Amino acid sequence: MAREIPYIAAINEAIHLEMARDDSVLYFGQNLATTENDEFLKAFGHDRVRVTPISETAEIGMGVGAALAGMRPVVELYMAEFMLVAMDQVVNEAPRFRYMSGGRVKVPLVLKAGYGFTAGWAGQHTGSIYGMFMGIPGLKVVLPSTAADAKGLMATAIRDDNPVCYFHHYLLTLEPGEVPEGEYLVPFGQAAIRRAGRDVTIVATGWTVGRALAAAELLAAEGVEAEVIDPRTLVPLDIATIVTSVEKTGRVVLVDQAPRHASASAVIAAEIADVGFSALKGAIKQVTALDATVPYSEPMEAFVLPDEGKIAGAVREVLGTAPVAA
Amino acid sequence: MKELDGDRLIWMYTQMLRIREFEERVKHTFEEYPGVIRGHTHLADGAEASIVGSLATLRPDDQLMATYRCHGYPLTLGTSPDAMMAEIYGRSTGVCGGYGGSMHLVDTERGFLGTSGIVGQGIPQATGVAYAAQIRKQGQVVLCFFGDGASKQGAFSESLNVASLWKLPIVYVMENNSYNVVTRVEQEDANAAAGEPLAVKAKAFSMPGVTVDGGDPVAVYDAVGAAVDRARAGGGPTLVESKVYRLSAHGNIIAPPGVPLHYPEHEAIEVFGAREEYEAAKRGDPVPRFRAHLITAGTLSAEEADRIAADVREEMQAAVAFGIASPFPAPEAALNHVYA
Repeated sequence: MAREIPYIAAINEAIHLEMARDDSVLYFGQNLATTENDEFLKAFGHDRVRVTPISETAEIGMGVGAALAGMRPVVELYMAEFMLVAMDQVVNEAPRFRYMSGGRVKVPLVLKAGYGFTAGWAGQHTGSIYGMFMGIPGLKVVLPSTAADAKGLMATAIRDDNPVCYFHHYLLTLEPGEVPEGEYLVPFGQAAIRRAGRDVTIVATGWTVGRALAAAELLAAEGVEAEVIDPRTLVPLDIATIVTSVEKTGRVVLVDQAPRHASASAVIAAEIADVGFSALKGAIKQVTALDATVPYSEPMEAFVLPDEGKIAGAVREVLGTAPVAA
Repeated sequence: MKELDGDRLIWMYTQMLRIREFEERVKHTFEEYPGVIRGHTHLADGAEASIVGSLATLRPDDQLMATYRCHGYPLTLGTSPDAMMAEIYGRSTGVCGGYGGSMHLVDTERGFLGTSGIVGQGIPQATGVAYAAQIRKQGQVVLCFFGDGASKQGAFSESLNVASLWKLPIVYVMENNSYNVVTRVEQEDANAAAGEPLAVKAKAFSMPGVTVDGGDPVAVYDAVGAAVDRARAGGGPTLVESKVYRLSAHGNIIAPPGVPLHYPEHEAIEVFGAREEYEAAKRGDPVPRFRAHLITAGTLSAEEADRIAADVREEMQAAVAFGIASPFPAPEAALNHVYA
C-alpha cells in the first residue's frame, strides 16, 4: 500500500523499520536523541540510539569499529561536508578493511549525509561532493531523488555488508511522494527511467532529476521527446540502462549539480564514450554547476546551478535545433 | 586480575621470545632473500614485554585493534607464524591472502580485528568495537594499542572523550617508544617537553592515566590488568602509558624499486648520534632481562630457557621456509574481496 509522505519521513521510516527488524542496527550522531521524547530513543533505547559529540573522526571511526564487531551502524552526519573532517575514515579506513584482510572482515556501515543545500547556505554547506567517493573501491554511493527511493535505498543500504555513503538532497527534504508501506527495498545498481522518450537521453541525479523532467516538459511542447534516467546509485553504476537508452536516441545530455570535473556526469560521459560510442550521433553535452564555490546571494547561486532552461538549451544544441550559444 | 603462576610466567617468556625471533627473521629476510619483502615493515622488538603483559590479561572472547606495527599481537594470541610470514612475503597462504601485508594483519577468530596504517586512526575504531561490546553485554573488554605519536591526533582526543563519557569497556595502551619515526617525543609533545608523563593526557578526559615500565611484563600485566578489571566492571576506560624502547629503526628504509631494502641503525644513532642512549636500551633489553628474572626466581632453569629458545628458533625458521615455498596469489585474485 502506498501513500504520500515527505522524502525525509521516508528516510526515517526506513531506518525505523530496519532497527525494528534487526537488533544490530545502531543510529548515532550529533544532535539527535537529546531528549527522552525522541521517537528512535523511545522505540530502541539508549544502547542503540546515541547522541555524539561534534567529533566526526570518532563518529565514523566508531562506526567502522562497531561494524567490524558485528553491528550495522547508521551514522547521522547531517551535512556531507562534515565528512571532509574525517576523510581518512571514509576513504582510507571503512572501504579498505575488508580487502586488506583478504575478506576476513566486513564493514556494514551507512554514512547518512545531506548535500546540495543551495538555499542560501553559501560556500561550505551546499556542495555536491559525491563525485569524490566514486573512485573508492569498497565504498558504495547512493543518491535518492524520490521519497520512495529514499526509503528503499536506505533499507538496502542498511542491509548491505559494505560501507555506503547515503547522500540525501536537502532541497528534497519536504518533497512528498508515493511511498510503499512496510518493508520496501530498492536494489542498488538499477537506474530508473523517469520518463521515456526517443529523441535524447538525459541522465540526472538527486534534485536535478526534477529539473530534467521539467526541461523534458518544455521540450515536449516543441515536439522533442526526452528520456530521463536517474541512476539512483553512483556505485554501483547502471551503465547498461544508460547505454541502452543512448542506442535508441543517439543523443546525450548529462546533468549534475557538482562542478564539472568533480561530477558524476564526467564519469558517465567517459563510460558512454567507452562502451556506447558507436551509438552516438553527436557530442555528449554536460550541464553541470559552474566552476565556482556556491555563492550566498540568490541571483549568483541560481547562475551557477543547472536549471530546466540550461538543460533544455543543451538538448536543443545536441539535436541541432538551436544555434550553439556564443 | 589473577596472580601469575610459574606456568603462566613461562608462557609469557615464551611469547616474548617468539615475537623477538619472528621479528629477527623478518629483518634477516632482507639479507637472506632480497626483494621478498616489499614496502614497509615495522618491528616490535623491544615492545615484547608490553605486548605479552597486556594480552595476558585478556579473556578468550576479548578483542583488540592495533597499528601497522602489528606482528606481536597475533603471534601472542596464537595466530600461525607460517601464515603471518607468508602474508609478509605476499603469498596466497598468508593470513590475509597477500592482500594486506605486514601492516594489516587480522585474525578475527582470536579477537584481533585489524589495524590502521594511518597513525591514530585505529583508536576510534577500537572505541567502536568497545561500543559494540557494551551493547552486547557479555562482559567483553577491548584493548586499543597505539604509539606515543598517535596521541597528538584528533582521533585520540575525540575517542577518549566519547569512551569516558559512555564508560566504554576499553583500555588504551599507548606504547611510548620516545620516537615518532625520526622525531623525539620532546620535540612534538607538550607534556613530554614539560617533563610530564604522557599519561597525564587522561586527565583531560576524566579517566585514570597510569605510566608503567613496558620492559617488565609483570608490571604491564598488573597495570593493564587493573584497567581491564575496571573496564569489565563497567568503570570505563583507562589510558596506560607503557614505556618501551624500540630496538630497531622505525621501519626498513623507504626506497623505490630496485634499491635493496634493509633496516638502518636506530634513529638515536643514525639521526641524533646518541649511541649511549641506544646502548643503554640494549642493556635493558626486556627479553634477556625477563629470562634472568625467571632464572633468579627459580621459575625457569637455564637449560629450560635454552630449550625454549631453540624451539622458538626452529618454529620461526620454519615460518620463513613456509613463506618462501608458498605460491603467490593469482593476479586476477586482486578483484576479489573489494565488496562483501
